[in-house]
Amino acid sequence: MRDPYEVLGVPKDADEDRIKKAYRALAKKHHPDLHPGDKTALAKFQEIQGAYDILSDKEKRRRFDAGEIDASGAERPPRNFYRAYADGPGGDGAKYHGFGATGPEGDIDLDDLFSMFGGAAAGARGRSSARGGFKMPGADVSYTLRVSFLDAANGARQRLTLPDGRTIDVTIPEGTHDRQTLRLKGQGQPGIGGGEPGDAYIEIHVEPHAFFTRKDTDVTVEVPVTLDEAVLGAKIEVPTVSGTVSLTVPKGSNTGTTLRLKGRGILDSRTKSRGDQYVKLKVVLPDAPDDALTKFVEEWAKTHKYDVRGKAGMR
Amino acid sequence: MSIGFDEILVRCRIERVVLETWIERRWVLPTPEGGGYVFSETDVARVALICDLSREMALDDEAMAVVLPLIDQVYGLRASLRRVADAIGALPEPARAQLRAELRKTPRTKR
Repeated sequence: MRDPYEVLGVPKDADEDRIKKAYRALAKKHHPDLHPGDKTALAKFQEIQGAYDILSDKEKRRRFDAGEIDASGAERPPRNFYRAYADGPGGDGAKYHGFGATGPEGDIDLDDLFSMFGGAAAGARGRSSARGGFKMPGADVSYTLRVSFLDAANGARQRLTLPDGRTIDVTIPEGTHDRQTLRLKGQGQPGIGGGEPGDAYIEIHVEPHAFFTRKDTDVTVEVPVTLDEAVLGAKIEVPTVSGTVSLTVPKGSNTGTTLRLKGRGILDSRTKSRGDQYVKLKVVLPDAPDDALTKFVEEWAKTHKYDVRGKAGMR
Repeated sequence: MSIGFDEILVRCRIERVVLETWIERRWVLPTPEGGGYVFSETDVARVALICDLSREMALDDEAMAVVLPLIDQVYGLRASLRRVADAIGALPEPARAQLRAELRKTPRTKR
């Protein structure tokens, strides 16, 4: 326990009157029943009382000053404060709320509380609100919707069934990206008492695609090519988000060679321009090399050594 | 648990006539029983509060008649607010979220 002089904020030589005044001021400030919402009030008040118990008693004060007792000797037995009963459920504190106890008449009425925020609770008590009832906008609701990669890229309409059984048609605009939120005005909870309905917020989760990947408006796709297409060059068909296009594979292409199809990516809804598609080539050998290929490579390798791992920094 | 009239006098160190006056003024509302009164825990705590106000904070009877109804209003309002809070707690989450957002908009008074 703290020094009682410090607790009451008085000097060591303060007279009785000064101590009493200091105590009263602090008691008013920290009495737990006068500050029912303050969790620290109880501890503070008990400390103040303990300090006053010592300093208000001449003998105790003399002994404390002489160092014979310490401040903890003055703690009062625990007491139940009024606030523990006054507003809790189940107790009989409610009999004092009606000002029948200490005032002329009346009771605190929830209607009074509701009238503070713009409407009456109900007319059931024969007191309907002059302001015309309780009006409140409906709540906003949020949902998530899973959309396929191509539907998000090209736009689509999708039907969403809500938990309350309603269905809404959601238009997914072309170029919608993952985690984009769409707002559907007026599709949230209905308003109360004629209030505006809330809005529905739909967060779009774009599902991954088997071979397309996307970064902003650019699309990347890995396209396998045969040995001869890579070595000799070829015209091949490649898929894009908006259909198949033909692509020229240059002579001497390799795994990792990346070709760009300009304007074949995804629409940017703000700039109305399209991203590009990057085609990454991957050279694939036949499943089982035949004798002719094996023989050719044996002969060819004798005179054409090339260092691939050294080039990749692995050696 | 209920406590008799005389026990209160001892516990709170007050005079019989003082407590009788408080009951007369309806500052304390014990339950009448067999020509006397019994006091609930709430009544006892209330007597202790009135003692603190009159003795430790030096409120006279005139001031007490002003302060006590105000205290009662605070507790009455707290009880009503708790009912409102419970009712809000029973609302679906979107409605509670909207309420929280609204409350955040209102300027808060500093203590």
